[in-house]
Amino acid sequence: MLAGGGFMLGFNWQAGATAVGLNEVPEDFYAINAFLKIAKDGTVTIMSPNPEIGQNVKTSMPMIVAEELDVSWDQVKVKQAGLDTEKYTRQLAGGSQSIRLGWKSLRMAGATARRMLIQAAANRWGTPVSELSTENGRIMHARTGRSVSYGDVAEDASALQIPEEVLLKDPADFKIIGTSRKNVDGSHIVQGKPLFGLDYKKEGMLTAMIVHPPAFGMKLKSIDDAAVRAMPGISDVVIINAKPEGFSGTWSDTNAFPELVAVVGETTWQVLKAKRALEIEWETTSPLENSEDHEKGMQEHIDAGEGAKDRVDGDTAAAFSSAAKIVESTYTAPLVPHNTMEPMNFFADVTAEKAELVGPIQTPENLRTTVSNLLGLPQDKVSVALTRMGGGFGRRLYGNFGVEAALISKAVQAPVKVVYTREDDMTQGTYRPAYKVKYRAALDEDNTLIAFEVKGTGIHGSPVFSNRYPAGTVDNYLAENLRMDSNISTGAWRAPRSNFIAGAEQAFLDEVAEAAGKDPIEFRLELFRRAMSNPVGDENDYDPARYAGVLELVRDKSNWGEEMPGVYRGVSAYYCHNSYVAQVVDLVVENNLPRVKKVWCAVDCGIVVNPDAALNQVEGGIVDGIGHAMYGALSFKDGAPEQNNFHSYRLIRNMEAPKEIETFFVDNGIDPTGLGEPSLPPISGALANAFAKATGKRLYTQPFTGIPDFFDIIPASG
Amino acid sequence: MANYTLRINGELRQVDADPDTPMLWVLRDHINLVGTKFGCGVGQCGACTIHLGDVAVRSCSVPVSSVGDQQVTTIEGLSSDGSHPLQQAWIEHDVPQCGYCQAGQIMNAAALLKQNPDPSDSDIEQGMNGNICRCGTYVRIRAAIKTAAETSR
Ligand code: FES
Ligand code: FES
Repeated sequence: MLAGGGFMLGFNWQAGATAVGLNEVPEDFYAINAFLKIAKDGTVTIMSPNPEIGQNVKTSMPMIVAEELDVSWDQVKVKQAGLDTEKYTRQLAGGSQSIRLGWKSLRMAGATARRMLIQAAANRWGTPVSELSTENGRIMHARTGRSVSYGDVAEDASALQIPEEVLLKDPADFKIIGTSRKNVDGSHIVQGKPLFGLDYKKEGMLTAMIVHPPAFGMKLKSIDDAAVRAMPGISDVVIINAKPEGFSGTWSDTNAFPELVAVVGETTWQVLKAKRALEIEWETTSPLENSEDHEKGMQEHIDAGEGAKDRVDGDTAAAFSSAAKIVESTYTAPLVPHNTMEPMNFFADVTAEKAELVGPIQTPENLRTTVSNLLGLPQDKVSVALTRMGGGFGRRLYGNFGVEAALISKAVQAPVKVVYTREDDMTQGTYRPAYKVKYRAALDEDNTLIAFEVKGTGIHGSPVFSNRYPAGTVDNYLAENLRMDSNISTGAWRAPRSNFIAGAEQAFLDEVAEAAGKDPIEFRLELFRRAMSNPVGDENDYDPARYAGVLELVRDKSNWGEEMPGVYRGVSAYYCHNSYVAQVVDLVVENNLPRVKKVWCAVDCGIVVNPDAALNQVEGGIVDGIGHAMYGALSFKDGAPEQNNFHSYRLIRNMEAPKEIETFFVDNGIDPTGLGEPSLPPISGALANAFAKATGKRLYTQPFTGIPDFFDIIPASG
Repeated sequence: MANYTLRINGELRQVDADPDTPMLWVLRDHINLVGTKFGCGVGQCGACTIHLGDVAVRSCSVPVSSVGDQQVTTIEGLSSDGSHPLQQAWIEHDVPQCGYCQAGQIMNAAALLKQNPDPSDSDIEQGMNGNICRCGTYVRIRAAIKTAAETSR
């Protein structure tokens, strides 16, 4: 029952601010606003506006609408919305921000619709709105005992003006938010129903595959396609260029290989065979890079480079010269590909008048902009429909595959689906950059941290966040950043920069705590207490109390400090995407290999919309983080990646994943923050720290299994 | 091109395809059964797992010409309505994230349970090691297999 206790919010909601006129509404299904429709029988269809990449927003975002609408979840059907910038804002999957930034507008969507339904009932009964209440999709008038279903008044409600002010629920009254609801696509997924971009088909559709240069720094010189054109099922071979002279795209157009050869034909296998048979000559236009060059260049930056001093507190040089102890370490990570399980693909049907695009993309709006510019079509003649995505991890922020589909469709004048092979996908670029960072810490006689320096570099940028912890906790602090240029394209990869820097920083703090002779959790908490009582600087971009909160929670839940024979423990904590995560790894040795027996994880992401699905995200981030820290590496020789499929590029597998993960959410009622990324960054630090406990050796270079003596230093299993 | 009569999910299906066409593409392109997924094409990820008889195979690495009259089962044929204990357990544990690998995981698990109806934890880990889940749902996959093994008993 909903009455009182909520709060009023002024309603200035640009997107979807006009009610849909009755004449535009399909029979028996009344659109109340851009987010929802109600049928006569009470069925509610809620549109899920944001791209679904496995972060489960297709379930959690509609849950928020349904909550404020005050319907039962069983009445709800969810539909994926296509790109519609007039109706929705920020239709993007990235930065773990869908729920955080959608929170208000989704609640408003539900609450305004509820308000309009009540108004319709009030008009019908001639009662004041204030006397009516709602529950499970019905409107009640307690005084007269009358009630009516939403379906019965939906038609009337759809004709009303959207109210300017609306009552939102008191979170204490939530009935859907905070309860676990199954993935709305779950039953389709387990039955193999078509959901993904690769599953999309349209009458007359052809299949296209691309051939990109074999190395970064090369481009197309000449092509002999005569034999291929004669192959069965092959209809065309075309050259496309996604970056013609003078074209400047959006940030989503990061792409090392805008000029490509495309083979077009009937079935995937026919096109794949033709692609392999193409005879192409390539030419070198810029230096062909090697992984050793990257390593050497980054090391030179660290040793001798002058970077931008992005944050300077006090005087670190003076503090270091008076230090009782100095700890310093350098951490490195390689380039890694995203390797979404579903390789890149997209459908396009381009005619002289319009372009219809369908597929998996995290940035549909940017794709529309680029396609509209490249094809010279007005934006409203370019449509982008969203499929479910077989993973994103940042790769699908860069929509070159969608642009390619459009250009190929235009060239061959037919609907086409572009399909990347795994090899295309892994060698095409836009990788997580290679990084290197050096930390230095100074302790005084009392083992108090008196100075901290961080100097970072990486391909196309430094991983360091200058105002993050431990900035603010120490009087003398310096953050220095450099960047290295490369012709290898890099971009966002799940928890950009954090995915590396968190583990490095948290492994380093463990070393500092050890040098100080302090418990690693207590050492971190001391720093947070400093930041709470007497912070240094006023640009620290974290809340030390919430940070300390997750550490204390994981300490208590894991019984930190308890000795368990054969179990080695490491701790880590990090803040990113507006959320706080602390983790404890319990490492054991089995068959002479390290195995994570259990991960304990505490998360503060504010209100948790869908708890079981949230746990799933956290578990996934942990497995992903362990996997890439242990095994992930794409190495380069003469500009070409040396790994191109899963026989040579190792992803974490079932036997290598933690046996158990237990997660605890902080219950604080704060509006929700990011969850798709924050559990990943700290885990590599907790793992390295547990490893150091087991072996006495620190792991400085990812992937850990690539460290030459990694396997020698595993202690014999008991 | 050659003509093949295949026994797929209990039905006879005619296909015209090159003999070397992997079953993965025969299913997806020729027969329009797209539940079987393409992940690597080289037998390394398990996304394309189907059954030949009772055995789980990687359909990307099985040419259509080698299938003969063996019974082919795909995720669409595991049950007619999603009622297979593994499918039910997958829902109960809300296993999928992106969901892309899950049909292959379920098909592999189904063959595993046929061979070994009461698998230990390490049987499950080892038996499922050929199926990659990039989203990292391994802990739930194991739990769902345990549940399915119990409910099938
Ligand atoms: S697609 Fe067959 S094993 Fe990967
Ligand atoms: S659920 Fe995404 S790959 Fe397994």
